[in-house]
Amino acid sequence: MLYFAQWKVLLILGLCALGVLFSLPNLFTPAQLAWLPQSVPHKQVSLGLDLRGGSYLLLEVDVAAAQRERLNGIVDSVRKALLDEKIKYAGGPNVEGDAIVFKVSEPDRTEDAKKALAKLDPDLAVDVAPDGAGKIQFNPQALDARRSQAVEQSIEIIRRRIDETGTKEPTIQREGKDRILVQLPGLDNPEHVKALLGKTAKLTFQLVDSSVTVEEARRGHMPPGDEVLPSEERAGRGGQSAYLVRRRVMVGGDTLTDAQATFQNNEPVVSFRFDTAGAKRFGDATKENVGKPFAIVLDNKVISAPVIREPILGGSGIISGSFTVQSASDLALLLRAGALPAPITILEERTVGPDLGADSIHAGAVASIVGVVLVVIFMFLFYGLFGIFADIALFFNLCLMLASLSLLGATLTLPGIAGIALTMGMAVDANVLIYERIREEMRSGRSMLSSLDAGFTRAFGTILDSHVTTLVAGMLLYWLGSGPIKGFAVTLSIGVLTSLFSAILVTRLQIVTWLRQWKPKEIPL
Amino acid sequence: MMRPLIVIRRVPKIDFMRWHRLGFAFSILLGAVSIGLFGTVGLNYGIDFKGGVLVEARVNPGPADLAAMRAKIDGLHIGEASLQGFGSPNDVLIRLPQQGGGDAGQEKAITLVKQALGEGIDYRRVEVVGPSVGAELIRAGALATVLALVAILIYIWFRFEWQFGVGATISTIHDVVTTIGLFAIFQLEFNLTTLAAILTIAGYSINDTVVIYDRVREAMRKYRTMPFRDLINLALNETLSRTILTVSTVALAVLSLLIFGGEVLKGFSIAMLWGIVIGTYSSLFIAAPIIYYIQPNRRAPAREGREDASAESSRP
Repeated sequence: MLYFAQWKVLLILGLCALGVLFSLPNLFTPAQLAWLPQSVPHKQVSLGLDLRGGSYLLLEVDVAAAQRERLNGIVDSVRKALLDEKIKYAGGPNVEGDAIVFKVSEPDRTEDAKKALAKLDPDLAVDVAPDGAGKIQFNPQALDARRSQAVEQSIEIIRRRIDETGTKEPTIQREGKDRILVQLPGLDNPEHVKALLGKTAKLTFQLVDSSVTVEEARRGHMPPGDEVLPSEERAGRGGQSAYLVRRRVMVGGDTLTDAQATFQNNEPVVSFRFDTAGAKRFGDATKENVGKPFAIVLDNKVISAPVIREPILGGSGIISGSFTVQSASDLALLLRAGALPAPITILEERTVGPDLGADSIHAGAVASIVGVVLVVIFMFLFYGLFGIFADIALFFNLCLMLASLSLLGATLTLPGIAGIALTMGMAVDANVLIYERIREEMRSGRSMLSSLDAGFTRAFGTILDSHVTTLVAGMLLYWLGSGPIKGFAVTLSIGVLTSLFSAILVTRLQIVTWLRQWKPKEIPL
Repeated sequence: MMRPLIVIRRVPKIDFMRWHRLGFAFSILLGAVSIGLFGTVGLNYGIDFKGGVLVEARVNPGPADLAAMRAKIDGLHIGEASLQGFGSPNDVLIRLPQQGGGDAGQEKAITLVKQALGEGIDYRRVEVVGPSVGAELIRAGALATVLALVAILIYIWFRFEWQFGVGATISTIHDVVTTIGLFAIFQLEFNLTTLAAILTIAGYSINDTVVIYDRVREAMRKYRTMPFRDLINLALNETLSRTILTVSTVALAVLSLLIFGGEVLKGFSIAMLWGIVIGTYSSLFIAAPIIYYIQPNRRAPAREGREDASAESSRP
């Protein structure tokens, strides 16, 4: 039984060699690695943000807001559809929660209303009760599709915005249904990025309605199709605190092809250029409204409201407002990257400075090395030669762990380092179980070889059970944990698997070789 | 030939079962205190779970004037901030309670604090957790713990008779509950890493129990007429040196983490250290004696899966 087939020996040795080979790159700095020839493995363990420093942001896309906005856009067509069919309605149509509600005045025309509205949009589910109460909602499939679309689109926009800031190696990924995880290595002050991500950056050009004043409109004389928007203009420069504007959008920011921060009369401004369609619409609108003011609206706030002196046909223009150099360049960046389909909230932020990261690596490394050295000495004290066998297996276990982490592209976090240290302590448990068992078999009077054999065989079941239970805990942690904890789960689980290999096979191979070469008369246990 | 320097030559003959009633009483007391404290005083949840803001700041040049910094932050009226030294005299850990205004409210507070403290401060770490994430993390954490226990129970049940599964589960729950108790008594911060520690403890404790149960089962087959009490004692004594050695190696690793691993890992290391001690204790004085009370049927044909499996895979 204490015999290894040739191919098995080769397999074990080969695995150990690969482990050493693929863990080696971790001993070098990236500069040294670049100098090495291409044929040598280069992959290093990637460090988590808590070790290399950087920012971790968990964002949530406010899908409900996007949906509300879309319903707002539909309200007009609902009104029109009802008017076209000459269906009288009393209440609404208004957006309430996630639905448009209205009330048909003549109960015998509910079916007509239903039919007319059903034609509006296949994504809408129209329901009109016999008493005339109507409700229009998105159907669930459409809602899911929209949600997905909004999140994917947000990721794209966020990526563009972050790329524009020049942050290196950002990771932006979808998390769950409506969340986005942004990881920005090396960024220790994310305030600017956060400010950029927090803005929807929805730019519109809308006509200002001067037929009534803002005060009158607020007092209830709101002309239909109008809205009052607050202004961001500085007081005392002829600006107002709010404007009454037409809801209808002349041109939207989605038609912009470029935006740049520049100066006009020594003031920071943002210049922009429309695409062909946008240029035409803007040209037409300005031609029809010469002499009237229009509002440049960003995220429902009026940036400025210049008067149209002449038709703007060139397809480009300038936004002036109360900009600083920074805010002008930010706005230009946001306009270039495009508007978010829905507002975004920051749910979680974790930022670690680079020197704390370096301190953590140092502390983790020292703790691991001290731990390993102590365990190595301990095993030698208690098991002598066999302890050294276990220590050699432990060394290969460490190499295999690092190699697996490097090859899998797993992220090493500070809790992950703790996981490595802990695994080193636990890995020798398998050796302890085997050696104790061998001792017992010897005590019960078995021969040397038979004791060795029985030790390995009988301890195996126990080792398997104890490893599986730890593996179960590790996998659950990986599944349910987040960030650094996932790192711990990864190292713990990998460590359990590699230790199963090293503590059993590598140790056994050493003992078998020792038996063959030295032909000992007894076991030094 | 290199012989071990330290050897336990003989199998000890300790009457563990003599102490099991005391052990039960002690554990019930410990468990009751833990649950009581958890219910009344509660845990000192970190921001991972309750939301809020945590800032690790290094004052240059130090040392940090905690009182002055506290006064500046209190002036902001953003709830009761807690400041404490963190490792070196230059380092301060600032915690702010969860802010109003939902997830966005937390972000505002951090900007205010940075403005109030002014220049000369290096923000080494900033963590902001909104209330909605905190609640989710609590749920995920509790779920992970319960699922881990259930999964382990199922595994044990699959490999052993159900009585062993019950014993292992009770002793593991005991370890988890008393670890939570430890955090309640000393009001140590309970955060995500603590939770990771608790799950690892569960895994480790079960590991210890399984080794002993394995031996109990083996003895059950070998000595069909031996009284159960003696059988358990025998199993415990036979595995005692393994128990001590394994506890020692893991404890060595954890101790070096506690001493050298830095402030961030302190909570994790403390939890782990306690977990190994209590896990070992519970394997000896809870898990093993429980089997005495709910005895597996010795006549029933023992499940042989283990022996077959091991023979299979160790064949060259």
